[in-house]
Amino acid sequence: MKWRLIASVVLMAAVCGSSLHAAPMTKTMAVPYVNGSMPVMDQRVYVHALLDQFEARYSGEGGQFRYDGQAWVGSDYNKLWLKSEGTVGTNGRFGDGDHEILYDRAISRYFDVQSGVRLDIDHGPTRAWGAIGLQGLALYFFDVETTFYFSDRGVAGRLNGSYDIFITNRLILQPQAELNFYSNSDSARGVGRGLSDVDTGLRLRYEWHRKIAPYIGITYSNMLAENRNFPGNIGKNSSSINFTFGIRSWF
Amino acid sequence: MVESVFPKRTSIGRRRFVTGAAALGCGAAISPALARKAATESTLSAELPEAASSFLLNVEKIPVRVGNQHAKGVGINGSVPAPTLRWREGDTVEIQVRNHLHEDTSIHWHGIRLPADMDGVPGLSFAGIPAGETFTYRFPVQQSGTYWYHSHSGGQEQAGLYGALVIDPIDKPAYTADRDYVVLLSDWTDADPMDIVSNLKFDGDYYNFRQRTVGTFLHDIRKDGLMASVRDRLAWGGMNMAPTDISDVSGVIYTYLMNGRSPEKGWTGLFRPGERIRLRFINAASMTLFDVRIPGLTMQVVSADGNDVEPVPVDEFRIAPAETYDVIVQPTVDQPYTIFVQSEDRTGYARGTLTTREDVLGPIPPMDPRPLRTMADMGMGSMKGMAMAGEHKGDPMAGMDMSSHEKATEQDTAAHHHAAMHDMDMNDMPGMDMNDMPEGHMDMPGMSMHHTMSHQNRQKPQNKISVMAQPESHPVSLKTGVEVQSLAPQPQNRLGEAGDGLDGNGRRCLRYTDLRALKPGTDPREPSREIELHLTGNMKRFIWGFNGKKFSEAEPIWLALGERVRFVLINDTMMEHPIHLHGLWSELENGQGAFQPYKHTVNVKPGERLSYLVSADTPGLWAYHCHLLYHMDTGMFRTVVVS
Repeated sequence: MKWRLIASVVLMAAVCGSSLHAAPMTKTMAVPYVNGSMPVMDQRVYVHALLDQFEARYSGEGGQFRYDGQAWVGSDYNKLWLKSEGTVGTNGRFGDGDHEILYDRAISRYFDVQSGVRLDIDHGPTRAWGAIGLQGLALYFFDVETTFYFSDRGVAGRLNGSYDIFITNRLILQPQAELNFYSNSDSARGVGRGLSDVDTGLRLRYEWHRKIAPYIGITYSNMLAENRNFPGNIGKNSSSINFTFGIRSWF
Repeated sequence: MVESVFPKRTSIGRRRFVTGAAALGCGAAISPALARKAATESTLSAELPEAASSFLLNVEKIPVRVGNQHAKGVGINGSVPAPTLRWREGDTVEIQVRNHLHEDTSIHWHGIRLPADMDGVPGLSFAGIPAGETFTYRFPVQQSGTYWYHSHSGGQEQAGLYGALVIDPIDKPAYTADRDYVVLLSDWTDADPMDIVSNLKFDGDYYNFRQRTVGTFLHDIRKDGLMASVRDRLAWGGMNMAPTDISDVSGVIYTYLMNGRSPEKGWTGLFRPGERIRLRFINAASMTLFDVRIPGLTMQVVSADGNDVEPVPVDEFRIAPAETYDVIVQPTVDQPYTIFVQSEDRTGYARGTLTTREDVLGPIPPMDPRPLRTMADMGMGSMKGMAMAGEHKGDPMAGMDMSSHEKATEQDTAAHHHAAMHDMDMNDMPGMDMNDMPEGHMDMPGMSMHHTMSHQNRQKPQNKISVMAQPESHPVSLKTGVEVQSLAPQPQNRLGEAGDGLDGNGRRCLRYTDLRALKPGTDPREPSREIELHLTGNMKRFIWGFNGKKFSEAEPIWLALGERVRFVLINDTMMEHPIHLHGLWSELENGQGAFQPYKHTVNVKPGERLSYLVSADTPGLWAYHCHLLYHMDTGMFRTVVVS
């Protein structure tokens, strides 16, 4: 049932997305292009991946490893978009595993609408969500991702934002924050109701190459609300400030 | 001739081999020497070969050395750039092009009037030249002047497949010179053109390492004050645009070449004091506009895009990709003169030397400050300039101090452009449609209209300049969207401006209004209709097009054979677009009436509205596109059908 709901919403969103902009197919039948070959190939498919966070975090309690990446393949308007993030905690366990498969449709100058499936796969129980959201560049160069999730367990939301401050053209300071909301708690996954957790960081990267930029920073994560009282979380420090270093890369 | 006067250089034998073989029409086989790394930089000669009518061009991969960089390029008969071809008006030329690559190739004769099936555009003129095959071009030459030729297949043009084309007139030349040199400008990189597009699709600023920083912000605060600087940042940030967007691909990966030589030594042209030297400038770059000057010499511009014009004395001119300008200089002093060719974004330069002796180099002048885009480039045009549309009598700027407003450069930023205007309500501007953006409201505090007050007539009016009427609105209904990052609410006539970074630099810079043909046009008819095209794009997504559509989404432009049409171009983007119409002339309406210049490539400035007339006298499928390679490649292209 859950899956059917998710599938139908994804399908709906996909149909919706493609009708927003009448599919720009070649309308040049009238012109006898020699050999049917086009003088310009402006419908190429491009593939990119961005590993935004690939970092070690250290606090008084020990170390963590975290990654957060995205990859996409497609044309100017239609893309298959993958997102994945997760943390290997002090206890050596893989947590916060969030993996999304989305259909991405460009809808405006700077924004894409995305719809698909989110799977929480890590050491905890697996959860599946339908996902629909917006990703793009808000005015004043703010990168934002806002996604709404739904399943038979309720709804959830995530807001992710960052901003690049150019100290020089290669030394870039990036404040970043991710906020997660849930309508219902899920104690098995250590998720509380309301604003469940915040993960934020201030990273200073050096783009010695556009595509490979080492960084250092401080990150702060905080479990909020009732989150702290779940059995798995008791005894853990609910918030931590971490010294962080890593590499941002893309291709 | 030069060769009889001066000692030959070691490269001359090789060059003779190349051009001589081509002229004879026999195959210049791939020399074994080419299999080795290129030991010297380009062997291309800037001196003109003998005219001929039969050629064999072998398109092949060629080792290239640029500075210390070794790479493979694509060239012809062992040469990158491809050898200069010289034709005679009135001849029928026959050119066999043999493809030694492992992919299709093509040669397009840029600016040449010929039957459509000889134009060399795969898909439109013919099927392209498959690997291993030979295609024979044959057509009568009906024009004279400086042109060029290049591949119209994929990224081969970026890789070196371009060369100069010089056509001797059938009658006595309008201008004579003692020496005649080709100055072929280009931008070289060993990066794969497909990677360049892919990088730009990911990040439109990928090659821009001159974005504004905390440092420039502090600098502007010191200079212009905190509020002005903040307002300026907010104005640009509110559009997600930046005044530092000059070139999509920069000197970060480009080495700018003159006749195939990197600026370390550059190209050398010999002269004797007192001689008249004709320099045939061709911009064969894929993505770079160049600003050309020869400190110490006045250049007489005598030809534009192959067509003779009345001489215009200038110190500097901008040449957009695919344009050609012939200039005549007459150095009287025995000293080296540097031909200094800066890229528009000032991330590098090409360099040559006019000298009386080999191996003497002239001094390199300091780079000019880089231009910054202004609100005029956003098409937030001249509010007061609007009132000046129509006939200009005398100097409308008389008594007004324009000096502090003319210049927009790195050293001259926020305050001039953004100070006084924050009280202007942009929503009152006609034709401005800014409420349909999903990202929300477009707020433009601090935007200056001030400086844009029409630079077009700050210098003495020449001849009778009638400025086109400004549009009341957008007849083409356009909204911002995936492919339209911005619209120019008030596009203006900028034909009287030399270009961003040039106006107000203290030098005499060529303007389009200066170009006056030597002979009146051949078709005096009024146009029967207008075709309005907006040049649109999204720099963040790196999609370019006309009227908000890329090539694959758009219908062709249909012209009836024999009809005369006015093309009206409105540049809604904040970059220049050199628009090239294949096969037909573009008669630029620059106020020169019957003597308006015939061009094949018209550079449209950001925020500009201009027009030209086209007589559709040759049937067929013609390409019509921006000559910035990666703008064309990502959609700024149309098929023009004449039938």
